[in-house]
Amino acid sequence: MKNTISALLLGTAIALSVASIASADDKVVKIGVLSDQSGLYADLAGPGSTLAAQMAIEDSGLKAKGWTIDLISGDHQNKPDIGTTIARQWFDVDKVDTVVDVPNSGVALAVNNVVKEKNGVYINSGAATSDLTNAQCSPNTVHWTYDTYMLAHATGQALVKAGGDTWFFLTADYAFGAALERDTTAVVTANGGKVVGGVKHPLNTADFSSFLLQAQASKAKIIGLANAGGDTTNSIKQAAEFGIVKGGQKLAALLLFLTDVKAIGLETAQGLNFTETFYWDLNDNTRAFSKRFSARMKNSAPPTMVQAGVYAGLMHYFKALEALGGNPHDGAKVVAKMKTIPTDDPLFGKGEVEANGRVTHDAYLFEVKKPSESKGPWDFYTLVGTVPGNQAFTPLDKSTCALLKK
Amino acid sequence: MQALYAQLLVGLINGSFYALLSLGLAVIFGMLNIINFAHGALYMMGAFVAYFLLNLGGINYWWALIIAPVVVGIFGMILERTMLQWLAGLDHLYGLLLTFGIALIVQGVFQNYFGSSGLPYSIPDQLKGGVNLGFMFLPIYRGWVVVFSLVVCLATWFLIEKTQLGAYLRAATENPTLVRAFGINVPRMITLTYGLGVGLAALAGVLSAPINQVRPLMGADLIIVVFAVVVIGGMGSIMGSIITGFALGVIEGLTKYFYPEASNTVVFVLMVVVLLVKPTGLTGRAA
Repeated sequence: MKNTISALLLGTAIALSVASIASADDKVVKIGVLSDQSGLYADLAGPGSTLAAQMAIEDSGLKAKGWTIDLISGDHQNKPDIGTTIARQWFDVDKVDTVVDVPNSGVALAVNNVVKEKNGVYINSGAATSDLTNAQCSPNTVHWTYDTYMLAHATGQALVKAGGDTWFFLTADYAFGAALERDTTAVVTANGGKVVGGVKHPLNTADFSSFLLQAQASKAKIIGLANAGGDTTNSIKQAAEFGIVKGGQKLAALLLFLTDVKAIGLETAQGLNFTETFYWDLNDNTRAFSKRFSARMKNSAPPTMVQAGVYAGLMHYFKALEALGGNPHDGAKVVAKMKTIPTDDPLFGKGEVEANGRVTHDAYLFEVKKPSESKGPWDFYTLVGTVPGNQAFTPLDKSTCALLKK
Repeated sequence: MQALYAQLLVGLINGSFYALLSLGLAVIFGMLNIINFAHGALYMMGAFVAYFLLNLGGINYWWALIIAPVVVGIFGMILERTMLQWLAGLDHLYGLLLTFGIALIVQGVFQNYFGSSGLPYSIPDQLKGGVNLGFMFLPIYRGWVVVFSLVVCLATWFLIEKTQLGAYLRAATENPTLVRAFGINVPRMITLTYGLGVGLAALAGVLSAPINQVRPLMGADLIIVVFAVVVIGGMGSIMGSIITGFALGVIEGLTKYFYPEASNTVVFVLMVVVLLVKPTGLTGRAA
């Protein structure tokens, strides 16, 4: 009996040690694309983000070097509880190493905590809130594409300087809208402007006429749209209907995506100024990638900046893994490595992952073309200005991230 | 005060969509005893048919107002003939589940092909622009929506409550066997009624296409509110659903002004209150 027990114990010990050797640096990676697959952000992220991740895996060339990379995707339905449940299941059951994309700031912040707790890697492309690299920053998080600070500074500053010194906000009533309004208000007041009012609307609102009437009555020169996706397209469309732009007020679409412009139509969207960090028709590299991407997209759409960010973020992640020589299955360690390598990819150009997890790269001010200027089905933007990467995002001395205070 | 007038008018505009949709639901429930959860999907199809007509066939908005309800109505009648009719006499739950399933399938198919952010449909040239009423700028198109849907609602009410055909219809729901004995083809009448209710949904879809994005989930977002409207108004009551539709639009509009954060829940709060006080709805008769 004693022998049997000790044999069992020995067997278990051997099994455990073998398991722990296997889980140390191997060449197995599992990536989960967590996105809005069917709601109002599904076109700007969603299935396109999964495709971008797939392309990153193929382009990394790691498979040919003996790596095994698996990809799964999930639908968070814009609900933080669903997002965190999926993320937990991915870490606990599916042994996922890395969560990418996660549009919707509310979900993104909730998932941020889960990834930190599970010591995974979090490459966020879809969410806007600058809190991810400030108050709620994490050693496991890299925030790739854009954030509210960048949007507020690039678009907000340009508009205030052009004479738009009174603002009224239409704000989506959740984490993202609040962050964008806060960051833009700071820019407006710092540049001598004034916020005269605002209204918070529920996420996914179909009718904006009540809110637009309030904006109209405020007589503010600029109506700042601190919302996204379907909410933004509906606000812009209905603002045109109520003669807001003709009446002399200007719309500031603080966050506008390629798919939104497509949905509004150039007729209504023409002349809008906004900021993005990626556009498919920016240079030869972006055009080449977009051509490959749209050939595989269901409706032949080119990538949005969020989808491009998923690709670029994963490419950088793979670089770090390769530099480490294997996957340590230790999120903080991989992210630390990502921070030591300068970013350089065909879509966003050169930049770096800062200590707070913020990725810096150039931001571009665009204007929507007139219908007569557009030469193709997705030819929408004219480039009107570039904000260099080192000025576009929160300066490190102003970041409230606890990681910086060591 | 001026702002208040404006909000009242805006509420009336939204109310006209609620009224048109809840009217269709009330007709279908009143006559067929089906809780038609596919209503939102059919509303969305109406908007998409208008989009296709314009972009593929060059057929304008005015024709779409006629063609889209007919096309979607026929689709609805096919649904009724092939699926819904077999549920007659069964518990409401079966009809609800079946139509809910149909809605998910239809929405899924559209989403697969057209994405989620929607397609643009512009306001017809004749209705572009707006008039300054002093207290607000009223887009002509919105004014048109209110007037047109009011006319359609009243016409439907008249058809069902005041004409011979309507009398047959109401009789057929009360006692189908007896009405059959008079030589009236009851199943065909029920199919046509479902077609009518569905056509009203499609009509609302065409009306909303220039205002909202034409997108697969446009109906899914709206239908829940519309069901609340029907419950408040009283299931199956034609006039009740019209009046409640407009009234709730106005109440929602006022909420958007006084406390915007609650604007998408106020209808449900009212629903709870009405159900507690008068479970048959404001104008409903006890079953």
